[in-house]
Amino acid sequence: MSEEVSKEFEPKVVAYVCNWCTYLGADLAGTNRLEYPTNVRIIRLPCTGRIDFNLIVKAFENGADSVLVSGCHPGDCHYNAGNYHARRRWMLFRELLATLGLDMDRIHFTWISAAEGRKFQQVVTEITEKTRALGPYTKYREICEV
Amino acid sequence: MAGIGVFICWCGENIARTVDVKKVAEEIGKLPGVTVAMEYKYMCSDPGQTLIRNHIRDDKLEGVVVASCSPHMHLRTFRAAAAREGLNPYKVEMANIREHCSWVHQDKERATAKAIELIAMSVAKVSKDKPLDAIKIPVTRRAMVIGGGVAGIQAALDMADGGIEVILVEREPSIGGKMAGLSETFPTLDCSQCILTPRMVDAGQHPKIKLYTWSEVEEVNGFVGNFEVKIRKKARYVDTTKCTGCGNCWNSCPQKKIPSEFDYATGNRTAIYIPFPQAVPARPVIDAEHCLKLTKGRCGICEKKCAAGAIHYDDQDEFVTEKVGAIVVSTGYQLYNFRAPETEKTKGYGEYGYGRFKDVIDSLQFERIVSASGPTSGEIRRPSDGKEPKTVVFISCVGSRDNNKGMAYCSKICCMYNAKHTMLYKHKVHDGEAHVFYMDIRSGGKNYDEFVRRAIEQDGALYHRGRVSKITEEGGKLIVRGVDTLAGKPVTVEADLVVLAAAMVPSKGAEQLAQKLSVGYDQYGFLSESHPKLRPVETNSAGVFVAGACQAPKDIPESVAQASAAAGKVLGMLSKEELTREPEIAHIDEKNCAACFACYRTCPYNAIEKAEVRDRRGNFIKMTARVNPGLCMGCGTCVAVCPSKSADIEGFTDEQIYAQIETLL
Repeated sequence: MSEEVSKEFEPKVVAYVCNWCTYLGADLAGTNRLEYPTNVRIIRLPCTGRIDFNLIVKAFENGADSVLVSGCHPGDCHYNAGNYHARRRWMLFRELLATLGLDMDRIHFTWISAAEGRKFQQVVTEITEKTRALGPYTKYREICEV
Repeated sequence: MAGIGVFICWCGENIARTVDVKKVAEEIGKLPGVTVAMEYKYMCSDPGQTLIRNHIRDDKLEGVVVASCSPHMHLRTFRAAAAREGLNPYKVEMANIREHCSWVHQDKERATAKAIELIAMSVAKVSKDKPLDAIKIPVTRRAMVIGGGVAGIQAALDMADGGIEVILVEREPSIGGKMAGLSETFPTLDCSQCILTPRMVDAGQHPKIKLYTWSEVEEVNGFVGNFEVKIRKKARYVDTTKCTGCGNCWNSCPQKKIPSEFDYATGNRTAIYIPFPQAVPARPVIDAEHCLKLTKGRCGICEKKCAAGAIHYDDQDEFVTEKVGAIVVSTGYQLYNFRAPETEKTKGYGEYGYGRFKDVIDSLQFERIVSASGPTSGEIRRPSDGKEPKTVVFISCVGSRDNNKGMAYCSKICCMYNAKHTMLYKHKVHDGEAHVFYMDIRSGGKNYDEFVRRAIEQDGALYHRGRVSKITEEGGKLIVRGVDTLAGKPVTVEADLVVLAAAMVPSKGAEQLAQKLSVGYDQYGFLSESHPKLRPVETNSAGVFVAGACQAPKDIPESVAQASAAAGKVLGMLSKEELTREPEIAHIDEKNCAACFACYRTCPYNAIEKAEVRDRRGNFIKMTARVNPGLCMGCGTCVAVCPSKSADIEGFTDEQIYAQIETLL
């Protein structure tokens, strides 16, 4: 669809968000009419603890140019500790992805609470612009073909 | 999957202004599997829901996507509508094209394109949706209350009066909590014991209430409707079934100089003791640390004096397990320890000299000194020399609202009890001076501000808006140096007694108990309610409720109201034969499970069990992880850690999410 709208590069940003904090933060951005680029596609999950990092790889395989993972702030997890699990896993996985040669500028991890509509707007805008500057993630597809 | 119906909402103009809904319907109608794609002005309205229902019936839809607002707004609405037409409610998905699209974008063309993609993602997901049935769990129609202060007593009585058997666990020798030690209560100056002790007796004698005093919760197993709580009955050395509470033992005990916990060390008690005369149960305990018989093998006087033969020096801790369906936590508060050394998590108030100067006391100690049942029988005497203090300084916010001490919150009750203390003092010492140093006066509540005005205007309490920087001792006087920021002048008061209104902090052990119950708590250790506005007494651990100051600082009326609210919630929950729960929880493919138990170690709810797989003859085949549907809250952490991909979570399966991602290409 995006080609019809504009000929220039429109990045695809996939956002895996938890149902209780960031999803509601995104809802709040809507309620407050905080405008941001149309590039983000939110996938609602119960908790960031649910995010198996295969999901991130899967997003890149399917043409995502950037991935955002966002959940509740430490201490605020609806399920007590899911976000801590996500963070711990993330620390390990980050190293692994970097070793494999993935572009770490395209994977973002943040906390956005249900009250932070403005932060959601800012994060999504920044990621979209950053990804736009980086260009399409063709390199990933090249790695896959090797 | 064929037979998917997509219903696109205009939300009046909210969506239709920025999203070309007609074009969206047209494009979505072309997707494989979609048999109906239509738009309507208000899908959530009665005619909107009827439209969906008619299509489910007439077109034999197998899945429904409603493209409208946030699922947090209306997913339940649309699922219920589908269920009424016989479609499994878990085969309904939403696409959020309002909050996540029309409201945040201006460009109609781009917003329309995005809406189409969002709906396509939901169509992909719904095609992988499986019908799910609500989980039914049997219920034990009994409840437990942990903590027998005013909140716990209220909750226990309300539930017991509602016909539910209640187990009330209290770690002190008597129920009553902090309120039993208060003198009089604001804003009516009712005698605290006159209000509370009849309720304590009611709780002690209620046929539906089983009391465990001098007992603590050791372990919590099970899940909503089916908890098993292991209680440690601490060795009491007194057989409560034989004891008549006559008092011969404590009257004859030679150890008379032990600081009384109930009097916050303003008075003494014996080694065998009841904490206060109106204790429920009126049965003593022996303090094993100070009893001569238990420490040195000498004495034994109480045993000789006990006509009932109730003293057993060889008593041991005992464990009992109680089955309950719901738990109310009402563990209350304690005062911030401003004697705490600087190295601890919260720093102390060395500059106020508490612990160094005998006449610097905290508010609960003052309550005991002013109380008719206290160590001075209500005569106001200062601890150092027993003289009547002629000048008393009350300092507010000692710890509260002080980021440097790690407590940013307001303790809420201190402004009111400071006013009360000045009144009680002035009523007893007519020629005395009562000074209050305060930051702000927070007296919201029925008749509360009038009460503070009365303290100032009628009883002549002297209020200084400002902090105290230092207290020193000179010639038997406490020199209190502070500032009055309204007058813009330093103030020095030569006081005989200083009372510190220390911050309320959660009771000792509240965090450990919260961990046993899988209940969240904040950085201060106050337990977290499920929703600050709409679910104020529930926690995120199903079947566990909170009441009173364990959740946040609050006064007696609020604690009682919250306790009754929690009791109401429990009664509602236990009024059913079985509970139903959302089926969007984890499950394990037991054939595939390698029994590594990574999930077992990760689950925040201890919902994973180690189970055996056996064949029809009962021969052991292998171990497997298994999800207890009563405990699982559906976070999905197990899914992410499972190395063999045996764990998955209904409603958010890998298959469903992959299907969503694949629409990106």
